[in-house]
Amino acid sequence: MTRQEKSAAFSRRAVLKAGGALVVSIGAPVTLDFARAADSAMVAGTKPPLTPDQLSSYIAVNANGSISAFFGKMDMGQGLFVAVGQIVAEELDVPFRSVKVFMGDTATSVNQGGASGSTGLQEGGRQMRMAAAEARRVLVDMASDQLGLAADQLTVTDGVVHATSDVSKKVSYADLIGGRFFNVHLDWNGKYGNPLYAPGKAQPKDPKDHKIVGQPIKREDVAPQVFAQEDFCTDIKVPDMVHARMIRPPVAGAVPVKVDEASIADTPTAKVVWDKGFLGVVADKEWDAIKAARQLKVEWSNAVPPFPNQASLYDHIRKETPRKRAVEGKEAGNVDDAFRTAARVIEAEYEWPFQSHSSMGPACALVEIKDGHVTCWSGTQKSHFLRAGLATILQMPEDNVHVKWTPGPGSYGRNDADDAAMDAALLAKAVGKPVRLQYMRDQGTGWDPKGPASIHRARAALDTSGNVIAYDFLSKGFSRVDVDTNGSKPADTLAGQTLGVDIKSGDGFGIPAESYAFTNKRTAWETIAPLLDRASPLRSSHLRDPVGPQIHFASESFIDEVAAALNVDAVEFRLRYVKELRDIAVIKAAAEKAGWQTRPSPRKDQTGDKVAGRGIAYAQRSGTRVAMVAEVEVDRRSGKIWARKFTVAHDCGQIINPDGLRMTIEGNIVQGISRTLWEEVKFDNKSVTSVDWLTYPILDIIEAPEVINVVLINHPEIAPSGAGEPSSRPVAAAIANAVFDATGVRIRRVPFSPDNVRSALS
Amino acid sequence: MNKKFSLNVNGKVHTVEADEDMPLLYALRNDLGLNNPHFGCGLAQCGACTVHLDGQPIRSCVTPLSAVGDAKIVTLAGLGTPEKPHPLQTAYVEEEVPQCGYCINGWIMTAAAFLRDKKKPTDTEIRSALQGLKCRCGTHVAILRSVKRAAAMMG
Repeated sequence: MTRQEKSAAFSRRAVLKAGGALVVSIGAPVTLDFARAADSAMVAGTKPPLTPDQLSSYIAVNANGSISAFFGKMDMGQGLFVAVGQIVAEELDVPFRSVKVFMGDTATSVNQGGASGSTGLQEGGRQMRMAAAEARRVLVDMASDQLGLAADQLTVTDGVVHATSDVSKKVSYADLIGGRFFNVHLDWNGKYGNPLYAPGKAQPKDPKDHKIVGQPIKREDVAPQVFAQEDFCTDIKVPDMVHARMIRPPVAGAVPVKVDEASIADTPTAKVVWDKGFLGVVADKEWDAIKAARQLKVEWSNAVPPFPNQASLYDHIRKETPRKRAVEGKEAGNVDDAFRTAARVIEAEYEWPFQSHSSMGPACALVEIKDGHVTCWSGTQKSHFLRAGLATILQMPEDNVHVKWTPGPGSYGRNDADDAAMDAALLAKAVGKPVRLQYMRDQGTGWDPKGPASIHRARAALDTSGNVIAYDFLSKGFSRVDVDTNGSKPADTLAGQTLGVDIKSGDGFGIPAESYAFTNKRTAWETIAPLLDRASPLRSSHLRDPVGPQIHFASESFIDEVAAALNVDAVEFRLRYVKELRDIAVIKAAAEKAGWQTRPSPRKDQTGDKVAGRGIAYAQRSGTRVAMVAEVEVDRRSGKIWARKFTVAHDCGQIINPDGLRMTIEGNIVQGISRTLWEEVKFDNKSVTSVDWLTYPILDIIEAPEVINVVLINHPEIAPSGAGEPSSRPVAAAIANAVFDATGVRIRRVPFSPDNVRSALS
Repeated sequence: MNKKFSLNVNGKVHTVEADEDMPLLYALRNDLGLNNPHFGCGLAQCGACTVHLDGQPIRSCVTPLSAVGDAKIVTLAGLGTPEKPHPLQTAYVEEEVPQCGYCINGWIMTAAAFLRDKKKPTDTEIRSALQGLKCRCGTHVAILRSVKRAAAMMG
């Protein structure tokens, strides 16, 4: 069998169907017919409840001995399910190929937080490791009873428990429990979401014994995609399904006051669904829904244009009274006193625009309400939270709502997926049929929750010898949680906001994550109120590595500015102050691999239009450390920057799958370059004017790097700390520092588009 | 106004009754059940809907049914199969290119037409052939690796 054939057989859909049918309950075996009726392992028969304190909520041994792992998070395309499968296979001592990981289905998994904060392995993987270890312990105990041998005289090889001294004395996992559920309690910490933790009595393996963890096992979901066998949530169809489109106001904040249904009378089957600010159209055919949405005549309320002109965005942030201020971490020493004694003070301010998730396709959801039960197919990153939101907005018990996470058209945080699911639910309820809603491109870019715009002020106090005696860093911007990171509350979705539910925006930002040991040090943030409090196309929330790129663009550019002011090499300067050994190691590794020449920046040996430079930046994120050297070419005449080469050193503790990690880092780097060079949400005083790929340009393949070299530093003894985002955050600063090295000009505002660079250089 | 259209897709002829202005994409996805070409923008700006029309990559999201005529349409599903993969499909699997995977029609279908006409392309030629296509996950470096791998397989 070729790899492709095998892979095709394991498309996500095929796997999901298989999982439910194979698992039946202990004590009272149910028929396969019953299991099929339950579909995808719905709670049935005497299966223990789907609660975090049950081993059966994570692991099942199927009748044929294969393993189903039920994971309350999901893969956003980085191959997380492969790594989780490796962890489960490792702890259970079964072949990797016999494990199937089911992700993010609310009927088969508990709420482990969804895709969130690079915690797939850090938090989710930890729990799956403990559950698999406990399953192995229980199975070995069962084998011990059956074989009449003490557990410590038993070994497990490929799912068969046998006497260590005599392999003929054996019993397989399949014979022990295959097709029945575990009924084992775990020591659950009572928490849901990312912090959920429920170990059993077992200890996981010593990393030195790992055979499957650490291997570069390939993803099996690529073949179904390239052979057109993969179902995205956009592709799901159910009987009687109708299509819908939403209609958003031309002036943010306006609501419909008159809707002329006669204006779409010539579009067959088209219907209007209108309630307060919520306005959509539904039709039997997708093209008819699109046409009707375009044709529908709507009179909007006279809303006052809510936004400042884009040119005054940063002034607005500067002048606005902070709604919340927080000094994070312990302030070291006395910063204000130290600045008063400074021989020299260096200061700079940096600016970062609103950015859009602008996923590859606008969000899509399908909601079916039938016999008092709701089924929602969505690419959401937080299916369990969305279930709560759907239950609330539909006024139905949460137990009657089933969210089937199905890969969406790209996701990098709280994008438009949850909004689409909530809108689709209201439409389905209104028309009494299953509704498939996909937003249009202008909505996917113009109306998704945005990464917040911000300014960042950094100051360093130097003594007469050029030592940094104090450091003061302050971010001020829109909140990272103006709307929350999930759709559990209608107030955080456009559906709830357009219907007028009470809303409350949250306050959150962040501080630089590094280990510079300045004697006096303060890092703080301030958030300001949103520009429009309700149903705003500039509402802000989590976009990949929430606020990380903006903060570290500023903090790591500033460190470079101080080094340059002191005429000190940028690597050498960092190593003077960085305290933690793993941070020192990544900085040294990146510099060494890149062939870093020790000298101060900028270079002064270049003439002509095209100049080259190199820059370094580094950051931590939740235990992961990453340093990178960017090598860029700048065309001083056109303002074009080519981020030609990246050298990245990455330490996220134990590496589960080096290939998956490498690809994840590559994606972070390229997306990071795009956000640095191109991405800025444009708006006028009425609404967002970035509505497609022309008005929200991203990196083109013409400008993709020539090479991304990745140095992976493995620490098997340290639990994995996540890689989905950390390598995003130093990218902008590494480029900015390289541009300074090349040109001698410091660019302090993102994006570094040709226009902006040209004007900075002139 | 609805009309009947005869569409030759992946070697089979289908009849579709639809609005003549309806873009081909919706006929492929909803009438013929060929889910694979995706709606990304509806503006011919991203490539997620790309199919071959008489061998040339086109954006099916802006191609009205009335403009298709009797041209032969090939979608990604018709490019190759697990048993007989196109070299680009093999290369994509080998290089594990996609992340979300929603963009792959544009890259593979555009590259397939390019590599058919251009043997042993340079890096610069590959980049300019693929210019304008979008990948939001940032897999561009892997895409370039896979196209080079496929080019080598195709001689």
